[in-house]
Amino acid sequence: MIGKSVIRKEAWEKVTGKAKYTLDTVSSGTLHAKLVTSPYAHARIRDIRTEKAYAAPGVRAILTGEGLPLTGEDLRDRPPIAWEKVRYHGEVVAVVVADTLMQAEQAAQLISIIYEPLRVVGSPKEALAEGAPLLHENLATYQKGKYTYPEPGTNIAHRTKIRKGSMEKGWAESDVVVEASFSFSPSDHAAMETRCATAEIRADGTVVITASTQAPFMIKRLIGEYFGEEVGKVVVHTPFVGGAYGGKAPVQLELLAYLAAKAVGGRKVSVWNTREQDMVTSPVHIGMEATIKLGATKDGKITAAEMVFLFDGGAYSDKAIDVTRAAAADCTGPYHINNVWCDSLCVYTNHPYASPFRSFGHCEQAFAIERTIDMLAEKLQMDKLAIRERNAILPGNTTPTQVMLNKSNVGNLPACIARVRELIEWDEWQRIEINSRLVRAKGVSCSWKTSTIDTDASSGAIITFNTDGSINLITGVVEIGTGTKTVLAQILAEKLKMDINDIHVKMDIDTQTTPEHWKTVASRGTFMAGRAVLSAADDAIRQLKAIAACILRVSSEDLEVGYGNVFLRDDPSVYIPIKEIAYGYKYPNGNAIGGQIIGRGHYILRHLTPLDKETGAGKPGPEWTVCSHAVEVEFDKRDYTYRIIKAVSVIDIGKVLNEKAALGQVMGAMSMGLSFASRETFFFDRYERVLNAQFRTYRPLRFGEHPEYIADFVYTPQIDAPYGSRGVGEHGLIGMPAALANALSTAAQVPLNQLPLLPELIWRTKEGWFNDSV
Amino acid sequence: MKSEVILHINGEQRSTVIRQADTLLVVLRHLELTGAKPGCLNGDCGACTVLVNDTPIKSCMMLAIETVGQEITTIEGLHDTAIQRAFVEQFAFQCGYCTPGFVMNAYALTTQKPDADEETIRKWLESNICRCTSYQEIEQAVRSVLVQKKR
Ligand code: FES
Ligand code: FES
Repeated sequence: MIGKSVIRKEAWEKVTGKAKYTLDTVSSGTLHAKLVTSPYAHARIRDIRTEKAYAAPGVRAILTGEGLPLTGEDLRDRPPIAWEKVRYHGEVVAVVVADTLMQAEQAAQLISIIYEPLRVVGSPKEALAEGAPLLHENLATYQKGKYTYPEPGTNIAHRTKIRKGSMEKGWAESDVVVEASFSFSPSDHAAMETRCATAEIRADGTVVITASTQAPFMIKRLIGEYFGEEVGKVVVHTPFVGGAYGGKAPVQLELLAYLAAKAVGGRKVSVWNTREQDMVTSPVHIGMEATIKLGATKDGKITAAEMVFLFDGGAYSDKAIDVTRAAAADCTGPYHINNVWCDSLCVYTNHPYASPFRSFGHCEQAFAIERTIDMLAEKLQMDKLAIRERNAILPGNTTPTQVMLNKSNVGNLPACIARVRELIEWDEWQRIEINSRLVRAKGVSCSWKTSTIDTDASSGAIITFNTDGSINLITGVVEIGTGTKTVLAQILAEKLKMDINDIHVKMDIDTQTTPEHWKTVASRGTFMAGRAVLSAADDAIRQLKAIAACILRVSSEDLEVGYGNVFLRDDPSVYIPIKEIAYGYKYPNGNAIGGQIIGRGHYILRHLTPLDKETGAGKPGPEWTVCSHAVEVEFDKRDYTYRIIKAVSVIDIGKVLNEKAALGQVMGAMSMGLSFASRETFFFDRYERVLNAQFRTYRPLRFGEHPEYIADFVYTPQIDAPYGSRGVGEHGLIGMPAALANALSTAAQVPLNQLPLLPELIWRTKEGWFNDSV
Repeated sequence: MKSEVILHINGEQRSTVIRQADTLLVVLRHLELTGAKPGCLNGDCGACTVLVNDTPIKSCMMLAIETVGQEITTIEGLHDTAIQRAFVEQFAFQCGYCTPGFVMNAYALTTQKPDADEETIRKWLESNICRCTSYQEIEQAVRSVLVQKKR
């Protein structure tokens, strides 16, 4: 069962169009909301006039930001609807609720708002410059988490510091030093399903929300905290989610749906993003400016690393703080460096606010680190894979946050590198001129990641039996596309030695009946929920054995559960079918014992600690998955265009649970990484307005533009994980931007340190390089 | 302006009241045929693809009123077809949101152009966006059906 490409449980639902997503559940009679958004990136709101809109047909309510509490997970800096000031282009300033979406849209146009534009902040560097306008004058007064460190009087929402070893020593030991700067603007997740939520408030005060989210349990918690609702009276439903990639981890539209429902006496209201709004109004993929300085000995041993990451958190910090912290926690990449100094800042700008993006700060920092390593290799005239092998992180080393690694909590990077070397045929050639125009080149990178999530994140599972002995499996992991629910069924089937078809998986989430899974993020679904499922199975086994022991008149220690029976280990002919005891057992005379078997289990991550404010020391996650990547490109020297020929990722997965699902995750992540790196960015005008919030001008990779993908695995088990398996949902992505940039830098023979790698960028860099301008 | 019309959908006659400005996508979804998805409402993503007289059409770009008297096939009208089986077996979906649109497009391709070469496959399928898969799985699913057809 483990490792097999079991067909996904929801496969037929999805290929027949029957799978229901949030918007598909909106019933007739539901009211519709239209968001009115700011045309300015930074402005005072002088006046909002809503009378005309109120008078329009079908209008039931108009919401503004007056009197609403501030929200935000780490730092409460965001009004759910802007009040007095807007801080990004696309920010919600009013919500119109009407009988139909069309009426709401028409009324929305009748709202008149007078703005007084303010000076805008267009990048982290600008935000930190002397005299920059402050986005949050009241930063000092905001409610914040214990481990969030805003710097009032500046645009810094949070700073993570990593201090390991001695920089003085590190520089003294080095023979060469390289330093380089990197940057890219915010971009988008572009999930095919735009974000949406509905809310209603029942007569008894129960708040019922349906949302396209990765964090149904967090919605429940936050609506309780922000608005004083009793948490037990908030029920969140999540059906299938049409892509998320981190963009559906923040809680935003759900709050608006709740407020809207409240404004119309509890009636059900639907809030749905158009594509254009989804791109700018809802949280985006973070931008970054970084400077990396590495020192190394002549033979390529890195002795010192100094890095500054200035993340463009946008107008509100929300989940961006966590992203910048995670980037810092793994700041060296998968290399053992004794002397490390890193400052990772979450900086406010007048850009749409940022949220996690698949890989959680890692593809961003890896781009900077891996480019610098290539530059170091060039300076030392060393082979680019050899320098990575030379510095590869190993058991016995410590991470930047000073966690000691062992054979279980880190994978085998040298093995990943060796496999990539073979798969990309590295030793054959690295750059060849095909003719006077075309050049082929290869680039490599390495990556790693742990999950920087709450230290008390937990996951639960419940299994119940049906009268035929089949099982219902209920977990809080959201089916966002990763196939985790099917993998969990495989884990259970293996444990109970059952037919996978006899395991029925509850796909949707209902926070009232589904046990909590903290959030479906960080590639931790299989590990945490998998452990919970195993523990629920143990619980059920114990109950089954107890009742079977009584009926068979044996000791429960002599019993085994499997193949639909409870049987004597040494004599399987003595058995009782599970279906005869799953609902209690009835003796021939009518007496009965037992009752429905309900197995429950949970798992909480162990021994995690917050990062120390001054040194960063702490344990952010349970294990580090390591990977190595390569990309081959064909570059046209004449017009600077290129084709991605081949992309390779080798990941230490520990153990494959479902082969095709795992390959799909890795290749899908690679595709997203290449799409981001090669073409995705928001273009801002000088007023920091987003110019390309639609798929015609923001163009993700399409069919036919995809290269050949090669995903392969190395198997170093994580001992405490279900069957040794490591999280891989994000890892295929992390090294792609770096590997592509390395390949193109080699091809064009110019360092490419910005994203996305548009032909225009290559051309500009190349021209600048030769003319010493630009 | 509203009017009552009869649409031929998946071999059935459905009578419904529509505004003349309603797109086919909106009307289908009101009829609880929610397989066709809104992704952009701008013709860019293909999540809303259905067949009108066997031609794949982005239903967000066509007015419902234009389809009166024409044969509309939505994902709900496909049952156990080769392309659906191939999508299942090749893991050619993840979140599944783009899947109905991709399946409709690929269904039309594989039934109408069994000899499709690489160029034709690309031209047909580049009109849809999938954000989850690498497209390699979708390509394999489509090819596996084309190979079966050739046999
Ligand atoms: S919704 Fe029709 S093409 Fe995107
Ligand atoms: S499967 Fe998610 S967009 Fe295609």
